[in-house]
Amino acid sequence: METSRLVRLSAVDIVIIAFYFALVLAIGFYLRGRANTGEDFFMAGREMTAWVAGLSFLSANLGALELMGWAGSAYQYGILATHWYWIGAIPAMLFLALVMMPFYYISKTHSVPGYLKLRFGESSRALSAVSFAFMTVLMSGVNMFAMAKVMQIVLGWPLSFSIWISSLTVAVYVALGGLRSAIFNEVLQFFLIWAGALLIPILGLYEAGGWSNLKLLIAQRASAEYVHLWSGLGSFTTNPMGINWVGIVFGLGAIISMGYWTTDFLVVQRILAAKDMRSAQLAPIIGAGFKMFVPIIVILPGLLGLGLLDMKLVPESMATQPGMHSYNDVLPLMLARYCGPGLLGLGITALIAGFMSGMAGNVSAFTTVWTYDIYRALFNKKASDAHYVSMGRWTTVIGVLISVGTAYLVMRSASIMDYVQALFSFFIAPLFGTVVLGMLWKRATGPGGFWGLFLGTLSSISMWAWVHADPTALRYVALSPEAKPMAQDMFQALWSFVICVTVTVVVSLVTKPKTDAELTGLVYGLTPIPSEGEVSLYQKPIFWAGVVTVVFVILNLIFW
Amino acid sequence: MAGKGEISIWFFIGMSLLVNGALICGAGVYEYIDPPLEKVVLFEVHAAIWWGALLFASGLLYCLKFSPRRTASK
Repeated sequence: METSRLVRLSAVDIVIIAFYFALVLAIGFYLRGRANTGEDFFMAGREMTAWVAGLSFLSANLGALELMGWAGSAYQYGILATHWYWIGAIPAMLFLALVMMPFYYISKTHSVPGYLKLRFGESSRALSAVSFAFMTVLMSGVNMFAMAKVMQIVLGWPLSFSIWISSLTVAVYVALGGLRSAIFNEVLQFFLIWAGALLIPILGLYEAGGWSNLKLLIAQRASAEYVHLWSGLGSFTTNPMGINWVGIVFGLGAIISMGYWTTDFLVVQRILAAKDMRSAQLAPIIGAGFKMFVPIIVILPGLLGLGLLDMKLVPESMATQPGMHSYNDVLPLMLARYCGPGLLGLGITALIAGFMSGMAGNVSAFTTVWTYDIYRALFNKKASDAHYVSMGRWTTVIGVLISVGTAYLVMRSASIMDYVQALFSFFIAPLFGTVVLGMLWKRATGPGGFWGLFLGTLSSISMWAWVHADPTALRYVALSPEAKPMAQDMFQALWSFVICVTVTVVVSLVTKPKTDAELTGLVYGLTPIPSEGEVSLYQKPIFWAGVVTVVFVILNLIFW
Repeated sequence: MAGKGEISIWFFIGMSLLVNGALICGAGVYEYIDPPLEKVVLFEVHAAIWWGALLFASGLLYCLKFSPRRTASK
C-alpha cells in the first residue's frame, strides 16, 4: 500500500464500499435468468419504463472521471464549465427525444450502426461499427487506468487492485444479466452518486455563507469572470477558457453535444431499451431534467474549492511535489473536508459507482455492436439466437480484458491516454452529420452517407494532427490568434461536421436515390409516427420538453 | 419496473439507501458521543446523523412501497 493518500478510510467506510460491491453482484445474479434471448441480453427485453431508461441514460454518462474532471475544470475555469451540462447537453437531449428517437425506435434497430445499415448500407455500418467498437473498448481501458490512479492518490490503493476488482465486478454482472443488469445497476449508481455527492455543496454553501458570499470570495481569489456563464464570451480574451460564444453555441451546443447525445451508442442504447415509443421519448427528457441539476454536485464543489480551500491547486503537470494537489483533486479534497466516517465511505462509493456505471455502459455497448454489427454482419450471418447470446457473454468478458490490457498499456506510456481521448472525438461530429441527414433528408444516398462519414472523420483527424504538429495552426482552425486549446475541439467538430454534410449532399445529388418504399420507417416524411392515443397533456413528451426548455432558459439568464 | 413476483429495481435502491443510511447515522451518533481528535470542517452540524437519517427514511419508504411481497400480490 502507498503511504501518501488524501483520506484514510475507517471500518464503517469499508463496510459501505463492500456492501455496494455485494449489491451490484447480487443484482447481476438475480437477473441472470432473464437474459436468455438476444432481445433480453442485448436490449433488456425492450421493456424499460421511461424513468429507468432515462436515469440509466444519464448515469451511463455520469462517470467518476466526469465528476472529478469537471469539478477540476470548474476550479480552473469557473462557472463556464457548466456549459457542458446545459447548452452542451439539454438541447441535444431534447432533439434526440422529439426528432430522432421516432426513427431509431420505429426502425427497431438494435444500435446506431444498425440504423446506418438500414439507411445507407453495409459499408457505412462497417465503418461506424468498427470505429465505435475499437474506440469504446480503448476508452474503457483509459478510464479504468485514470480511475485506478485516482484511487491511488485518494486512498493509497495499488493500481492493479483497483483495476481488477472493479473490472471483474462489471464483467460478472454484465455477462450474467446483459443490458438489463447494466441498466439496473446504473439506476442504483445514479442514486448513490447523488447520495454521496450532494452533501458537499450543501455544507460548502453553508460554510461560505450562501451563493452571494461565495461569488465575492471567488472574485477576490480569482476574478469576477469566474461566476458568469455568458457575459465574458464576447471574445476569446475576456474569459478564463479562451473561447468565444461561437465555439460554445455552434461547436459545443450544435455539433459536439448533438453528436454525443444523439449518436453515441453508449447512451442511445439505454433509450432503445424503452418499452414503447412514448417511454423512449420521455426517457431523454427525464435525463435532461436531471442533467440540468448535475452542476450542483460537480461544478459547485469546484467553485467552493476555489472560494474556500486554503491551498492553491495547480495543473496536473505541476502537482509533482508532496502536498501539492492538481485541479482534478478538488472533489476528493472537498469530500475529505466535510465528510467523516460513513459519509466518506459513501462519497468514495459514489466515485466507484460512477466509474463502474461508465464502464458497464462501454462494455454493454461494445458487446452489442461487436455481436450484431461486426460478428453477425461480417462473419456469421446465420447462427442461432442462443449462439449470439453466448457470443455476447464471452464478448463482455473479452471486452473487459482488452480494457484491462489497455489500462496497463497506459500505465507504461501516459501519452497513449491523450491519443485515445483525442481519437474518440474524431468520430462524433461526422457521425451526427451522417445520421441526422439520413433521418431528415430522403435524397441522401448510401454512397453519400459513407463518403460524408469517411471524409468528415478524416478531416477531423487531419486538423488534430495539424495542430498537434504545429500548435500555431490553432489560429486557422479556430479562426482567431487568441484561441486557446479548449477552442480546438469545438472548431474541429464544427468543420468536420460541415465537411461531412457538404460531401454527403454533393455525392448524394450525383448518385441514385433509394425509393420511397425502401425508406419507409427510416426518414422524416416517409415514416408514419404512431399516435400517442388518449393521453393527458402531462403525459406528453412535448409538454415536458417545454418545461425543461423554460427551466433551461431561466437558469442561463440567472447565471448570465 | 418489475413483473409479477419479481423484485423491483426500486427495492434494491431502497435497500442500498436503508443500509447506508443506518451505517452513516450510526457512525455519526458514535462520533457525537465520542468526538474524534481530528475533526472535519463543520463537525458541529453533525451532518452524518441527519444525512444518514434522511437516507435511512428514504430507503425505508422505497423498501416498503416496492417490497417483493407487495409486488408479488399485484
